Amino acid sequence: MNWLVILPLLLFLFVIFFVGFWANKYVLKTDSFIHEYFLGGRQLGGFVLAMTMIATYGSASSFIGGPGVAYTKGLGWVLLSMAQLATGYFVLMVLGKKFAIMARKYNAVTITDFLKERYQSKTVVILSALSIIVFLFSSMAAQWVGGARLIESLTGISYTSSLFIFAFSVLVYVIVGGFRAVALTETVQGVVMFLGTAVLLIGTIIAGGGVDKIMADLVTENPNLVSPFGAEQDLTPLYVSSFWILVGIGVVGLPQITVRAMSYKDSKSMHRAIIIGTIVIGFIMLGMHLIGVFARAVIPGIEIGDKVMPTLTLTVLPPLLAGFVLAAPMAAIMSTVDSLLILVSSAITKDIYLNYIKPNASEKQVKKVSFWVTSIIGIAVILFSLSPPDLIIWLNLFSFGGLESVFIWPIVFGLYWSKGNKYGAITSMIIGMGSYIVFDRLFPNPLGVHTVVLPVLLSLISFVLISILTKNKVQKA
Amino acid sequence: MKDKRFKIAHREAIIGIALVLFNFIWWFGFAYGMGGVDPTEYRYIFGMPEWFFYSCVLGFIVVVILVFIVVNYIFKEVPFEDDEDGGEQR
Repeated sequence: MNWLVILPLLLFLFVIFFVGFWANKYVLKTDSFIHEYFLGGRQLGGFVLAMTMIATYGSASSFIGGPGVAYTKGLGWVLLSMAQLATGYFVLMVLGKKFAIMARKYNAVTITDFLKERYQSKTVVILSALSIIVFLFSSMAAQWVGGARLIESLTGISYTSSLFIFAFSVLVYVIVGGFRAVALTETVQGVVMFLGTAVLLIGTIIAGGGVDKIMADLVTENPNLVSPFGAEQDLTPLYVSSFWILVGIGVVGLPQITVRAMSYKDSKSMHRAIIIGTIVIGFIMLGMHLIGVFARAVIPGIEIGDKVMPTLTLTVLPPLLAGFVLAAPMAAIMSTVDSLLILVSSAITKDIYLNYIKPNASEKQVKKVSFWVTSIIGIAVILFSLSPPDLIIWLNLFSFGGLESVFIWPIVFGLYWSKGNKYGAITSMIIGMGSYIVFDRLFPNPLGVHTVVLPVLLSLISFVLISILTKNKVQKA
Repeated sequence: MKDKRFKIAHREAIIGIALVLFNFIWWFGFAYGMGGVDPTEYRYIFGMPEWFFYSCVLGFIVVVILVFIVVNYIFKEVPFEDDEDGGEQR
């Protein structure tokens, strides 16, 4: 155990706690608990908005899994990861002002609220809330596992204890501070992620003897490592391009991201967030995956992808700096988990409890239920994570693509196509989720593209078709 | 849809789509246009293979500049609350 490495990590946790408790002040004095706890009172400024979106989006796979794959596949995987640059501007530009205005008109706190008001359908509400709860719960477990493994590998503490340390630290600030604590801690985490990437990139280039030398080493080992087709030449242009749907434009359909597009204060915040977000997400994705490739020249022969980033950091950086850089993946994981936790909690409290169980609950009851639901979900995830499933990155992509196929069209057409109706939305949600599961199980890469492509197309077609076919039915109603 | 704010919002959403298309074409064109030859014959810029530099590094910088221009010069500020001066209400 190296205390010089652990010190910065502890300091980081301390700062996060401090911010979380500071946010609790707002939760205590707010006059609209539900808006404050689940949406931060719609008060996010530009910088915080950009950082919270990036931190929520950037997860274990951006800092651990992704660089690990880049290590084996080479520059082709960096190319693939750059599809994520689009998320920096696309979500906010496309949902944009229309979403901000409509969310306020509907007084929506969750994505489900928005869909409920737009489509006026109980089925849509149930489908939406259920898919958030089921899919994001499993996603949360995957991240939890990643976080615990990271602590385990860094400190030598057992997996179970690591899991409890990690989970406890996240649970505390989310439960007491709600969405505002999540957004503010994510701002700190986003900054740590950005700086950590920069420090590690510089450290790796120096350790490798400069970019020229690193590239020459890679070419000597296998020239395909510097080609866009991957070390084994298995990355086809079509396959790589299909990631623009999964990690580029499809992100519009991710509830944990979309909910942030209704949390900002004004146009100015949104404008600033688009610029900052694009710069920061592009830098982190380019930097971290490039680091993964460079690592192959600096520390050759690592078998397990997930070990590349931690091992590299401990090799090329002095301990204190290594501790700071390793806070970045920790931050990435925490900032994804906390967003998912507050979102799943809002789905249960706001979408299920307040809609169907106790519509006229008092402010005090809502408060109590929110705290309890958040705590119970958090603890349930810990229990689930005790026997960890393998390969974080793929688990993560699973809950990712499935949710995108469910939500992208009901949200986008809900905003921009007045003829879109509840029948279209329901069909497209069921087909989106159903076909995603079928494709994932039976034909993971149909026609050579990523699983997500066909389900997104199928849900698009079914939305449009059913909405047109049921036009008269809705008008009569 | 009478609300004037929606006209602005719709235009900005279309700009977002145009930008992502441009981003994709730039990224794809340089990567597979220049990277399609034998990897041992690549030329290098700043130590990186040419295709990679243009597609991923320069492409990133160009997109950031475009985003900056679009947001600062084309995007308009509108109020989000209905009770403010937000054009005609539906």
